[in-house]
Amino acid sequence: MNTDERRFLSGPYLCNLRNLRFSRFLSSCFYSGSWARFWFLTSRDSRIVYPSMLKTPFYGKHEAAGARMVPFAGYDMPVQFKGIIPEHNRVRKTVGVFDVSHMGRIEIRGRDALSFINRMTTNNASILEINQAQYSVFCYPDAGIVDDLVVYRLEDHYLLVVNGANNDKVTKWLEEHLAGNVEMKNVTEDIAQLAIQGPEAEPVMQRISSIDPSGIGFYWAATADVVGVESLISRTGYTGEDGFEVYFPKEYADKVWDVVFEAGKEFEIEPIGLGARDTLRMEMKYCLYGNDIDETTNPLEAGLGFVTRLDKPEGFIGSDVLRKVKEEKPGRRLVCLEMQDRAIPRPSYRIYAGETQVGHVTSGTMSPSLRKGIALGYVKRKHGKAGTELAIDIRGQRSPARVVKPPFYKHGSRK
Amino acid sequence: MAKIPEDLKYTKTHEWVKVEGEIATVGITDFAQAELSDIVYVEVNTVGQQTEQDKPIGTIEAVKAVVDLFAPVSGEVIEANESLKGAGAKVNTDPYGEGWIARIKLSKPKELDKLLDPAPYAELVKKSEHH
Repeated sequence: MNTDERRFLSGPYLCNLRNLRFSRFLSSCFYSGSWARFWFLTSRDSRIVYPSMLKTPFYGKHEAAGARMVPFAGYDMPVQFKGIIPEHNRVRKTVGVFDVSHMGRIEIRGRDALSFINRMTTNNASILEINQAQYSVFCYPDAGIVDDLVVYRLEDHYLLVVNGANNDKVTKWLEEHLAGNVEMKNVTEDIAQLAIQGPEAEPVMQRISSIDPSGIGFYWAATADVVGVESLISRTGYTGEDGFEVYFPKEYADKVWDVVFEAGKEFEIEPIGLGARDTLRMEMKYCLYGNDIDETTNPLEAGLGFVTRLDKPEGFIGSDVLRKVKEEKPGRRLVCLEMQDRAIPRPSYRIYAGETQVGHVTSGTMSPSLRKGIALGYVKRKHGKAGTELAIDIRGQRSPARVVKPPFYKHGSRK
Repeated sequence: MAKIPEDLKYTKTHEWVKVEGEIATVGITDFAQAELSDIVYVEVNTVGQQTEQDKPIGTIEAVKAVVDLFAPVSGEVIEANESLKGAGAKVNTDPYGEGWIARIKLSKPKELDKLLDPAPYAELVKKSEHH
């Protein structure tokens, strides 16, 4: 095996300056652009060849802003504009805007909508009031994860927001389980979705919406006019900062984009790419499907017990297995690891306690906020306590890493 | 457009070489730094060692990717740019100047003939830049 193959197999983040020469290599990571760009395609499910890339309604805006585009979840998406570090810092310091139109959006209606959602997801959707949202998970019967999602209860229907890369899979999964009076519609392609995130997100929203966004609580939503466009605004996000997500008909994408940037001028509002989205979420220990959770992991070992309601009277798909997992305690846990030297951990790197491998890294990066290497990874339960000293094999060299309590970044403005 | 100075030689793996006497200074090109972006640090752990053309002599760690640096020529790695240990961003801001990475004392000067001149390297970059 040559170096390139070995390196590729050892982790999707690894590439080297030679890759350009190896079209075989490029096709093996389903990447057809220039060589270093494939790194963001971390999710197995997102590394799929699509005959033609889809474009979000903001594609023109990204191009105009000089974004570097990569294929992600079937869409041509901006991975970065200025650079990961400045974009990351922009969101932590003031406010940034993410095009998240690639996310899957599915409407569920009908008399039995609630019981259907409750059967399909791990969290308890019955407690939702109108305009309330909750984070949740879909499981397979063996408790492996189909996807993670946000469930919105709206006036006359539910809206499920799923990972873009899993949109088709989830849609099929739901269709297979439809029962009773339930109507389901995938509205992904009709709707544009922007995330406006950062400590100054609220004043930006204030200027552009017909309602006072300060009245919207964390994981609550409201319908409002945004520059005359009927939109759904929710106080949700994936960054650890205060922020909103705005859903509206895609025809108005350019108009809303322009107004948001105008309103955020004094805060030096900027567009943010997938690269910084990834470093921001990692600093909060927010799971990324395809990295930290997938069909081989269950929500309890992933630390998603807080959205796994085994006390739901009707149960849900996967609840029997999860009950057993809970009784026996999961054999491994997804933990936060902070490097003790300057090494940068990457997905698939091995984690050691002494000479014994006790786990592997699922997400890793240099943390722009902490300025050190951080990782999420599964380790055997007894090595998962905060304060435990472990080591990560960084391309043949062991670097010390300490298990720390989440989140890595503790100064987020999230409400 | 990526900068490609006229007075340097290039490799297909996006290193540049500047030869002065028997010493070759090595770095990565403007195209390479832009593709990597956000370089955190550079490590050359082969100083004092003999290397062969095309063998890895160090690694470049960016926020979200790590790549090898390959020796464009054979010889002894005599020096590494120590300032990049803590400030890899110099490779981003000045890839052909302060962001130089290593110096190699040439043992096979003839190998220089195999390296790319600016024009063919520019062609290579052009092909890689757009898909």
